[in-house]
Amino acid sequence: MQAKKRYILVFVSCAFLAYAYFGGYRLKVSPLRPRRAQHESAKDGGVQPHEQLPSFLGSPDLQELKLLQSNQSKSLESSKHLLPRKPDCRMETCFDFTRCYDRFLVYIYPPEPLNSLGAAPPTSANYQKILTAIQESRYYTSDPTAACLFVLGIDTLDRDSLSEDYVRNVPSRLARLPYWNNGRNHIIFNLYSGTWPDYAENSLGFDAGEAILAKASMGVLQLRHGFDVSIPLFHKQFPLRAGATGSVQSNNFPANKKYLLAFKGKRYVHGIGSETRNSLFHLHNGRDMVLVTTCRHGKSWRELQDNRCDEDNREYDRYDYETLLQNSTFCLVPRGRRLGSFRFLEALQAGCIPVLLSNAWVLPFESKIDWKQAAIWADERLLLQVPDIVRSIPAERIFALRQQTQVLWERYFGSIEKIVFTTFEIIRERLPDYPVRSSLVWNSSPGALLTLPTFADSSRYMPFLLNSMGAEPRHNYTAVIYVQIGAALGPNAALYKLVRTITKSQFVERILVLWAADRPLPLKKRWPPTSHIPLHVISLGGSTRSQGAGPTSQTTEGRPSISQRFLPYEEIQTDAVLSLDEDAILNTDELDFAYTVWRDFPERIVGYPARAHFWDDSKNAWGYTSKWTNYYSIVLTGAAFYHRYYNYLYTNWLSLLLLKTVQQSSNCEDILMNLLVSHVTRKPPIKVTQRKGYKDRETGRSPWNDPDHFIQRQSCLNTFAAVFGYMPLIRSNLRMDPMLYRDPVSNLRKKYRQIELVGS
Amino acid sequence: MTKIKNLLSFVTQSRAISHTNPREQILNCLTYGLLVIVALCAGFLLWDLSSSPRDGFFHGKRDSQTLILDLEHIQEVAVNAEAEQRARNVNCTFWDCLNIYKCEHDRLKVYIYPLQEFVDEQSYKTATTLSSEYFQILEAVLKSRYYTSNPNEACLFLPSLDLLNQNVFDKHLAGAALASLDFWDRGANHIIFNMLPGGAPSYNPVLDVNTDNAIIFGGGFDSWSYRPGFDVAIPVWSPRLVRQHAHATAQRKFLLVVAQLNILPRFLRTLREISLANSEQLLLLGACESLDLKMRCPLSQHHKSLEYPRLLSRGKFCLLGRSLRMGQPDLVEIMSQHCIPVIAVDNYVLPFEDVIDWSLASVRIRENELHSVMQKLKAISSVKIVEMQKQVQWLFSKYFKDLKTVTLTALEVLESRIFPLRARSSRQWNTIDTNARSTFNPLFLPSLAPKSQGFTAVILTYDRVESLFLLIQKLAVVPSLQSILVIWNNQKKSPPHLSTFPSISKPLKIRQTKENKLSNRFYPYPEIETEAILTIDDDIIMLTTDELDFGYEVWREFPDHIVGFPSRIHVWENVTMRWHYESEWTNQISMVLTGAAFHHKYWSHMYTHAMPGDIKDWVDEHMNCEDIAMNFLVANITNNPPIKVTPRKKFKCPECTNTEMLSADLNHMRERSACIDRFSKIYGRMPLRTVEFRADPVLFRDNFPDKLKRYNDIGSL
Repeated sequence: MQAKKRYILVFVSCAFLAYAYFGGYRLKVSPLRPRRAQHESAKDGGVQPHEQLPSFLGSPDLQELKLLQSNQSKSLESSKHLLPRKPDCRMETCFDFTRCYDRFLVYIYPPEPLNSLGAAPPTSANYQKILTAIQESRYYTSDPTAACLFVLGIDTLDRDSLSEDYVRNVPSRLARLPYWNNGRNHIIFNLYSGTWPDYAENSLGFDAGEAILAKASMGVLQLRHGFDVSIPLFHKQFPLRAGATGSVQSNNFPANKKYLLAFKGKRYVHGIGSETRNSLFHLHNGRDMVLVTTCRHGKSWRELQDNRCDEDNREYDRYDYETLLQNSTFCLVPRGRRLGSFRFLEALQAGCIPVLLSNAWVLPFESKIDWKQAAIWADERLLLQVPDIVRSIPAERIFALRQQTQVLWERYFGSIEKIVFTTFEIIRERLPDYPVRSSLVWNSSPGALLTLPTFADSSRYMPFLLNSMGAEPRHNYTAVIYVQIGAALGPNAALYKLVRTITKSQFVERILVLWAADRPLPLKKRWPPTSHIPLHVISLGGSTRSQGAGPTSQTTEGRPSISQRFLPYEEIQTDAVLSLDEDAILNTDELDFAYTVWRDFPERIVGYPARAHFWDDSKNAWGYTSKWTNYYSIVLTGAAFYHRYYNYLYTNWLSLLLLKTVQQSSNCEDILMNLLVSHVTRKPPIKVTQRKGYKDRETGRSPWNDPDHFIQRQSCLNTFAAVFGYMPLIRSNLRMDPMLYRDPVSNLRKKYRQIELVGS
Repeated sequence: MTKIKNLLSFVTQSRAISHTNPREQILNCLTYGLLVIVALCAGFLLWDLSSSPRDGFFHGKRDSQTLILDLEHIQEVAVNAEAEQRARNVNCTFWDCLNIYKCEHDRLKVYIYPLQEFVDEQSYKTATTLSSEYFQILEAVLKSRYYTSNPNEACLFLPSLDLLNQNVFDKHLAGAALASLDFWDRGANHIIFNMLPGGAPSYNPVLDVNTDNAIIFGGGFDSWSYRPGFDVAIPVWSPRLVRQHAHATAQRKFLLVVAQLNILPRFLRTLREISLANSEQLLLLGACESLDLKMRCPLSQHHKSLEYPRLLSRGKFCLLGRSLRMGQPDLVEIMSQHCIPVIAVDNYVLPFEDVIDWSLASVRIRENELHSVMQKLKAISSVKIVEMQKQVQWLFSKYFKDLKTVTLTALEVLESRIFPLRARSSRQWNTIDTNARSTFNPLFLPSLAPKSQGFTAVILTYDRVESLFLLIQKLAVVPSLQSILVIWNNQKKSPPHLSTFPSISKPLKIRQTKENKLSNRFYPYPEIETEAILTIDDDIIMLTTDELDFGYEVWREFPDHIVGFPSRIHVWENVTMRWHYESEWTNQISMVLTGAAFHHKYWSHMYTHAMPGDIKDWVDEHMNCEDIAMNFLVANITNNPPIKVTPRKKFKCPECTNTEMLSADLNHMRERSACIDRFSKIYGRMPLRTVEFRADPVLFRDNFPDKLKRYNDIGSL
């Protein structure tokens, strides 16, 4: 064989092989060809298969555009779809926003006068509580022209026509309301609707028209999306405000409850909603799953009973409802005749994680509350899977779920007041001028009711979520000195000394003097030099001019309230506020140290003068003491740091009743601030270092030396606790000292040397 | 086939010339060998090419059932347009239109119908044509973890019928095609993707195809047509997206950019009025004369034409206005340019509304309030704008960046309804996960721990029985002690019998470990029944009852912190560019020693089961740094510093001069510095926080009768 031939042979066969490998697709049957081509080209980074296809948008995009630009546009605009006239209400179609531009106020119709429909029916206790909560709140207005929302005077809570609270002739009663207007801007509270046998959720017995329904047991189909509000079902003894705290006191991990899943309740044997409860016995094992039912209810249960009833009743009597609630990790919340049940709130309060078995139920406040963090959804259709579901939940998840039940209970469900206010806030967030809170704010402590979104649009300006955002409060503080007495101001007056001390602090940004004394303001030149730190003087008396810039006359009618020291002044631009009395004696190190402590606890009051509250059994009232004790629960705002958000909350959130008490007594504003902060944080304030006395004793006529002053504070404390509905103050046993405080090491090593020199 | 003939002829030739020289012979042998190999290869290739496409060379490993998106091999199916169809059931809810029994498997499974072309029996019209976007959607599902080729185990069914744009197909025929599907069953468990519903003149916000009980993944729902908890709102995709590199807020010159072409005339008029008064802040653009959709021209004549959608990055906010349809591709275009959408479409159901918190990343304004849009935007603080912009950027990259992501997000939304247990919470859906500093504190119950429960002392011991007994006796008298658990870390020797232990009034348990590991001190033993754990070394006998009692009291007030006695600090050394571990008595601390410290039992659980990286193994191997690891762990999760109580600085008492103490070793200290370096690398940041305060009793060092003080015996170093 010739070499030439051989080479040609090898070359040809290799060429053939290469052809078969790279171009062999041409040999294939025709329908398969393009696929192979695609794969080849995709390998080479060529076109993807989808790139050969046309885009879904196509040309109609342009056609539509031309349509819009053409003359037809006018007719288009008037066409039906652009002016929604749909059966279901939405805020845009059934709500008059113009009534709500400036403020969100609620008007309550007065009780019905005697008329042809007969005497006004009595309102049920719960509806009365709803009305009281609104009347005593900041939402309330007695002027119907200023109102954004209208609340009926007619009790609509129970619309079960078999119930004793059922109010008759509601349609004609509604027709008589002067501002009814087919229910526009009205809100109707309802707990029960429909009656035996079908318990229809939409049969209120009257036409609610364009009114917003705040209703319990709503179903997915019935709720008007973004319009109605689902509220929880609560029982007759539900407290007006405050209410019981959540019963989870300890946060053990793992929880180690006796039972995993528990339920104790009625079953109806027949009729709507009975199926689920009838089959619960399948899940009962008497060990970690206790699901017991009884057939006993109503008068004629024996007629309908089935053959399980006797056995069920025996099991049922063996368990106590409360004990089950407290000792179970999960609580089954199956539907009853209606979708919602009392059990839901009871389980939530007990920290027993609800396992929902109520298909199509819209959970309370579902538009804002993320129930995934506090409850477990099961499906009625998959009832027998429930044990597997609850067993599969890891301990960490249970731990988080249980804590979240408590957060939600405390913030939104603990009392009728909270439920009503939450409903209002949900509606309010739909208004154009009101900022929307994020889901993070809604679902974490202290919750939406205590986070006023008008204060700032970012959580960075609030004290609560900083740690979880990995952020810190903004630097530096504003010192606010409240001058009430205005003693003769010599060059060495305590006030001037204080200003000098503050000026030396490395963190101060601005000094604000609030002049509430009767004396005229000292001349500008008499103030000590503050070098680069701006000093603003604001006169609160209204008689004298202010020295600095900014709003001056903050006076209310009559005498100025002492609460003015907590007004959210525009001059306060830092997160930290150092609140001082005019005669406070602190040194610069003390200010700086307290500020560094505050930065780690921006949501609390951090300061020097500590006081304590205690329960006085003999008087059956709260006592207030300034004696030296092993604990404290109040840090007076005469020398304390706090977040400026609390100024805003104090002024814009606190009940007017509380502010009035402060104004009338010209006292107790500092106690009130402590109650407020503890109410928000559920934590005690923080006292720093040893210093107890913080006042210049030489100042003459201080109101603090007045014995009445002290008695007044005691009575304040009791009034406040009554209005809050409970005592928010919490005791602490510790104080914060600098790291080397009083340690036997050289003073030179210590950072805060001046503090060492201060005794108690 | 000619090749084979060639081969044969060559073989015969070679026989003829077999008498040639040996060198030639070897070469010939080689040649023939090569030829045989070539022949074998050719044979294999030919066999492969002629075989069926399903198990061909490129798909040999796939399941034979697996769907192939083969564009050229589409089967034609005749449909009868007259067949019975049912209109969309508006009363569908998750609870009655979805057959949950099909979804009882442990995860969501989606079956895709093979690509088919539906042709009308009579008119031979095809029902729909496949678009590039729908192909990508199908491909995304096919390649996802949701795909199954077995219709019997599928929970959801995805027709391959492209219904994305209603304008391009015959609605009636499409309905008939759907009804003819093999597993249609009135549409139960079927998912239908649709982005542009409705058409002139009514522009219905929902697909006008008879979809019966099918779930619609729709791009243009209003709140009337959306069936909450059943349908899923998805974005309208835009083929015009271009990649955007982050534009700082400061570079965005305009407050608001309006570049949407199809805004209804009455809103456009409003916007024109606004732009006259705010020409510096509002950029109002319209279509160019060429009607090129990738360009926009200003309505006033001063500027040049601009490239769309890139021009959107000139604005801090971009308007999505009301058009004939609710959903517009402009939303993803706006988000792709990291511009904050201002949504002026009443009752538009935003994409993935049930999981995404749009309040963090958009501004909503009512159509009737459009005239006040500038005032509303001007009132937003710059901090908030930056936050929203970051959120938009993150949302886009996480859920909207391409059709695959959109498809998978939509399926996850559905999955979280069908398997609510595995659903992500709204926090997990909406928190930017790239920010290492943002954390979630698992101990978020805002209350003080109960006093009644007391604490469990967990003593780690090896064999120092004498000192252990002494410690037990000291601990037993602490009022808040609930029980003692001795961890016997010595495998060679069994612990002394319980009867030889000092008799105390509190419960005492002993547990021998299987391995001598430092981590054993942080194991969440089931014997620990309290929230609080005091971890204590067997030689720490100098702490007084008051100190321990007070320590517990402080822990009660800060149950999510570590509360301890002696403290340490980490310092950055500029010279070596490393972290340095410091045991000097300074004004600051960032760690407390766990030789005697209180912490919540949850942290033990986290230490054992959720320690990042190989920290835990490393600690066990080196028998060091377990306390640093614990301080890092808690600080990283909570962003909280530890709390040091009382002046106590050291564990050694003056009289016990144990020179062999491990901590005294210089080498030991160097190793601990290295630990800090190592751990901070693993965490990707330095989580430790420095503080300047410690906790003392309220009346500490006060000139006050000792009898009246609750904690007296406190103060020694």
